[in-house]
Amino acid sequence: MSKFRKALFALPALALFAFAAPVVAKDAPKKMGIGREALPEEVKAWDIDVRPDGLGLPAGKGSVKEGETLYLERCASCHGEFGEGAGRYPVLAGGKGSLKGESPEKTIGSFWPYASTAFDYINRAMPFGNAQSLTPDETYAITAYLLHLNDLVKEDFVLTKENFTSVKLPNVDTFYDDDREKTEKAFWKKEPCMKNCAAEPAKVTGRARVLDVTPDGKSGPKVD
Amino acid sequence: MSDNTPSTSRRRFLSGAGLAAAGLVAGKASAQTAPKPDPAIVNIPDWSKNLGEGVQARPYGSPSKFEKSTIRRDVEWLTVSRESSVNFTPLHALDSFITPSGLAFERHHGGAPDVDPGQYRLMINGLVDKPLVFTLEDLKRMPGRTNRAYFLECAANSGMEWKGAQLNGCQFTHGMIHNVWYTGVPLKALLDEAGVKTNGKWLLAEGADASGMSRSIPIEKAMKDCLVAWGMNGEMLRPEQGYPVRLVVPGWEGNMWVKWLRRLEVGDQPWHHREETSKYTDLLADGRSRRFTWIMDAKSVVTNPSPQAPLKVKGANVLSGVAWSGRGTIKRVDVSLDGGRNWATARIDGPALPLSMTRFYFDFDWDGRELLVQSRAMDDTGYVQPTKNELRKVRGLNSIYHNNGIQTWLVRANGETENVEIS
Repeated sequence: MSKFRKALFALPALALFAFAAPVVAKDAPKKMGIGREALPEEVKAWDIDVRPDGLGLPAGKGSVKEGETLYLERCASCHGEFGEGAGRYPVLAGGKGSLKGESPEKTIGSFWPYASTAFDYINRAMPFGNAQSLTPDETYAITAYLLHLNDLVKEDFVLTKENFTSVKLPNVDTFYDDDREKTEKAFWKKEPCMKNCAAEPAKVTGRARVLDVTPDGKSGPKVD
Repeated sequence: MSDNTPSTSRRRFLSGAGLAAAGLVAGKASAQTAPKPDPAIVNIPDWSKNLGEGVQARPYGSPSKFEKSTIRRDVEWLTVSRESSVNFTPLHALDSFITPSGLAFERHHGGAPDVDPGQYRLMINGLVDKPLVFTLEDLKRMPGRTNRAYFLECAANSGMEWKGAQLNGCQFTHGMIHNVWYTGVPLKALLDEAGVKTNGKWLLAEGADASGMSRSIPIEKAMKDCLVAWGMNGEMLRPEQGYPVRLVVPGWEGNMWVKWLRRLEVGDQPWHHREETSKYTDLLADGRSRRFTWIMDAKSVVTNPSPQAPLKVKGANVLSGVAWSGRGTIKRVDVSLDGGRNWATARIDGPALPLSMTRFYFDFDWDGRELLVQSRAMDDTGYVQPTKNELRKVRGLNSIYHNNGIQTWLVRANGETENVEIS
């Protein structure tokens, strides 16, 4: 909308609600006046997110040592004493050099790009089933211990709000933005082949039945 | 194969009626060839004698007791707990392009809470002129309410199939998708109300569930076509779909459609949270990872026949399936019965809406031959659904997400249908 039309729009509003002039005079979409202003305490209560540049980190600190105690108490039953994962719960440590192999192990040390991701997630969602129960110091300590399990900090390390961004994860530079429109340009074929598209008849090379992992009636329903 | 199939008895009925009408049946067919009358016709069933249920027997209706097998199903070995798990839409048992609300697949990361709508609040904060709080009633009286049908596909749909055929059933291979009507308001209206500052380039959407689900969305997408929705298929959202309010991010991976939406924060950078770094990034063969792969590429699957819905009768049959594209509208779907050597264009039925599932049919005669059934979707950007092997060639086997390769079903001579890989 042009400024000119905006101004025309604002005129009757000014006439009716002269006291509201500063709001409608602004070059922005018309306000509906629905919703109310969030109080600073309310924003503080919900705004818990943390970014790689450290924005959102609370004041606090925690050591690898403190983290070890907390981790063994509240995390190890699912993630394993050394972050190796119990059952099918996520593995958090190890996996170095596995990303090009047959079974990549995507841990904080081998895969994750940023340490802030671990802090943010522990803070918002862990322990599983008792989310948002950890204090900032406890979250710093557990994050520090996980970094230590991944050989990224020494055992006397203390993680703080101030030194947080100095921790770099080794795999960060291998992430790149979606480029499918360039690298997979060949899929925009427009007119695909319709007749005699291959010289040989199709041969079956693999069957789901061999694995036999489908629930309910392992090999599909019977036909009568 | 049973002789009592609908189509054979129908044929018998039709030919008999034709003869009678022509006055050629003298009424003395031989005892040997005379067909026995169908008890379903000559015996009076209970439901024709006795009164049925009165109104209000089921104040909220549910399917017939004979439809007990049309349900969402999960694969227990796939995840460690049902609170952080997924189940699958029974695509093989559904028709049309809309998914019934109770059959729309579920994916939770911290279980499905049942949020009290009276306690529901949506906050907008961050790089805005004025941080705002909305109640559900606030949202419902906003101007610009709209209804849209969109598909929601989990980025990991078909993710178990990268290394080869694993699961027998399109419910399991392709069932992490649903397509419903959403009622809501454009996200842009809410952001405009708060006033996005000029350096506001990203939006963090956050859920109120125990996982605090959070994803970064570029502001252009938020302003373009995202919805803040409270309705699905004309009624309130189901708890497992985000009651009372969820985000709708048309054409983009399901994980971004934050359920139980409680907060939207405007920022100048992405947050790189767990669901967009350790998950939902595509690990490629060279060990590097493609991130922010939000768009769901064109894809289709034949739902009938499929392993859970085998062919039963020779002769006239209707092959059916669904197609969708996160880049636009489905323009064409081709079907092959010989594993991709020869193709015929299917019939698109019902509305082919942008960023919505689209139903297709292919009417064919089955002579009892083994078939290798495939479908291939094309959208209005000219994108053609690739084969699984074409995808593997460019991405390797480790990417988990965004497997939109062409599915092959082997139909055996007895009609049994199996998930296979072909050359």
